[in-house]
Amino acid sequence: MNKTPEQINQDLLRPIYHASWRFYATAAVLAGFVVAAFFAWGYQMYYGLGVSGLNRPVFWAFYITNFVFWIGISHAGTLISAILRVCNAGWRRPVTRCAEAITVFSLSIAGFFPLIHLGRPWLFFWLIPYPSERGIWPQFRSPLLWDFFAINTYLIGSVTFLLLPTFPDFALIRDRASGWRKKVYGIVSLGWRGTPKQWHRLEMAMRIMAVAIIPVAVSVHTIVSWDFAMAPVPGWHSTIFGPYFVAGAIFSGIAALIVAMALLRKLLHLEEYLKPIHFDNLGKLLLVMSLLWFYFVFAERLTTWYGNFSGEMPVFWATQVGRFSPLFWTMVFCNFIIPAPILAIKKLRNRVGWTVVASIPIIVGMWLERFLIIVPSLSYKYLPYSFGTYRPTWVEIVITVGTFAGMGLLYLIFSRVFPIISIWELKLGATKSEVAELAAQKAPAKQPQGG
Amino acid sequence: MGHRWGMVIDEDRCTGCEACVAACHAENNIAIAGDDQAGRGRAKHWIRVERYYEGDFPDIKVKYRPVLCQQCSDAPCEPVCPTYASYQNDEGLNAQVYNRCIGTRYCANACPYTVRFFNFYNPVWDKPLDLQFNPDVSLRSVGIMEKCTFCIQRIKTAEINAKAEKRPLKDGEFNPACVQSCPAGAMVFGDLNDPESRVSRLSKSNRGTTFLEELGTHPKVVYLKRDSWHNEQNA
Ligand code: SF4
Repeated sequence: MNKTPEQINQDLLRPIYHASWRFYATAAVLAGFVVAAFFAWGYQMYYGLGVSGLNRPVFWAFYITNFVFWIGISHAGTLISAILRVCNAGWRRPVTRCAEAITVFSLSIAGFFPLIHLGRPWLFFWLIPYPSERGIWPQFRSPLLWDFFAINTYLIGSVTFLLLPTFPDFALIRDRASGWRKKVYGIVSLGWRGTPKQWHRLEMAMRIMAVAIIPVAVSVHTIVSWDFAMAPVPGWHSTIFGPYFVAGAIFSGIAALIVAMALLRKLLHLEEYLKPIHFDNLGKLLLVMSLLWFYFVFAERLTTWYGNFSGEMPVFWATQVGRFSPLFWTMVFCNFIIPAPILAIKKLRNRVGWTVVASIPIIVGMWLERFLIIVPSLSYKYLPYSFGTYRPTWVEIVITVGTFAGMGLLYLIFSRVFPIISIWELKLGATKSEVAELAAQKAPAKQPQGG
Repeated sequence: MGHRWGMVIDEDRCTGCEACVAACHAENNIAIAGDDQAGRGRAKHWIRVERYYEGDFPDIKVKYRPVLCQQCSDAPCEPVCPTYASYQNDEGLNAQVYNRCIGTRYCANACPYTVRFFNFYNPVWDKPLDLQFNPDVSLRSVGIMEKCTFCIQRIKTAEINAKAEKRPLKDGEFNPACVQSCPAGAMVFGDLNDPESRVSRLSKSNRGTTFLEELGTHPKVVYLKRDSWHNEQNA
């Protein structure tokens, strides 16, 4: 990095001051989709869930698929950036913030789906264990309640984790800005002056958060897997689900991160910050997760087939050769056969374009995986008399598309309000100095020299 | 000892006439789904008659099995409900508190017998069916689960009457609508805790089986097998 701190400031703060008409056009289109999704949701609330494709016996489908998918994507950030922080991997610096932002946004989107999915969403607060005069508590044995706590903990944790290291950057904007920006960023930087004490506290808080958030993230997706594994439904009642879901979540999370980074790099001209080395390193991680994913799927299928339990075999055959097999094999292609060779070859992994080519199928494949866990199992549940099937309606499709647009929109806005790369951390990396060095400098908010 | 309500269904006697289905609809204010919704798998019958075929045409045997909520003693539908809408009452019934249900539909997924029904829309009745509601049973709104409760309204009425008259409940004094309407007398209802009741004697028959026994749900509905009826001592 042969950039002076001033150049870094200019490069990374540019998106905050300048927006082209393209930005507004894209934002408007995405917002249109989001509005459509809210309209569809309102329509569903007005008439009832009958407007979705759900039926008996497939009581869960698109909404829960999206829920699990988005929670999975959310593992991109917190987990990756926490692990990389704990390992003190130097190359992480430009990556962490855009990863953490993915976490916060996809988690918020995921949080909508249990609500969209409820028969009477306006009563969702009955899940909250609030003391009521009737003395009615929620059912603590229900995995859905565990979910409720897990998601809230994770959301609070990852928002903190995202916001903690932004104060120095906000303060930087505050110090350089004038007018309304100075006021707004003055408030959100919470009086950051860059005193040694503040730096120490920040670093301490970041270390604690990075260590604490890893078990939270792992437990969240394990609990999501228990939504399924705790019910005696063929194909769900499996001990492998916890680790399988966590691995799958990290897998889809890294893929989403690579795509997001490639887009940012192009759109915000960050080629000099997000370098092929970052994609290469993430690509290696992705390759490991792809292999792990394949191993889990194989282990899960083999035990089902070998066990030959009469309740499970219809589900097994429906996904391997039956009605759901086109989706199943597409998933295998997307998650393993396409990305694994690309990522295994160093020449390809080195190129940003190729890592994106490997990542996009993974996002598709992981969505399919969630769908395939839910719908076939419910379609073929024990009694042939009540086997059924499922077809989504426009309501579910519009809502699903709307959440993808919502993700894009939130991210777009984020990249305009926050420096998408953590400026002070980058400079820290550039000077190879540690916090002590930053702290040694006098307040207020002087940037470390180097480059 | 309290009551433990149970049912015995004799498959040898069931003719598949579906009188129980019609009676259940009338007794419990079950909404009419209509052809379109029924075609999407959203028909609601708290009791249904499943048909099974044995052998090849023309030498074929049909077997009927009325299926209703099995009132499992270890009910998978209960612990998964986050709001306690689905719970076991102290007479062993799997009760459903309609007002408390928020429609997660988790119970319906967990139930292996697929006997829980979701209200996809607000209920409707074709005229003049809307004039014959049972005042003892609530109408269930959109967005919640409903299911067979062994006609808990009849159980409660009978219990209250017996208590008012300061006498114990007699076996067979009252029956759920399906049992009452079965022309073949294939269904027997009563107190499994009372060793003298018909239902508890029949449930010990060596023809007795429970549905999907391997899942360990311990249902309180016992089916009497069809084939080996000559072996059984007359209970
Ligand atoms: S049959 Fe189904 S609904 Fe009835 S108690 Fe058992 S699990 Fe619950």
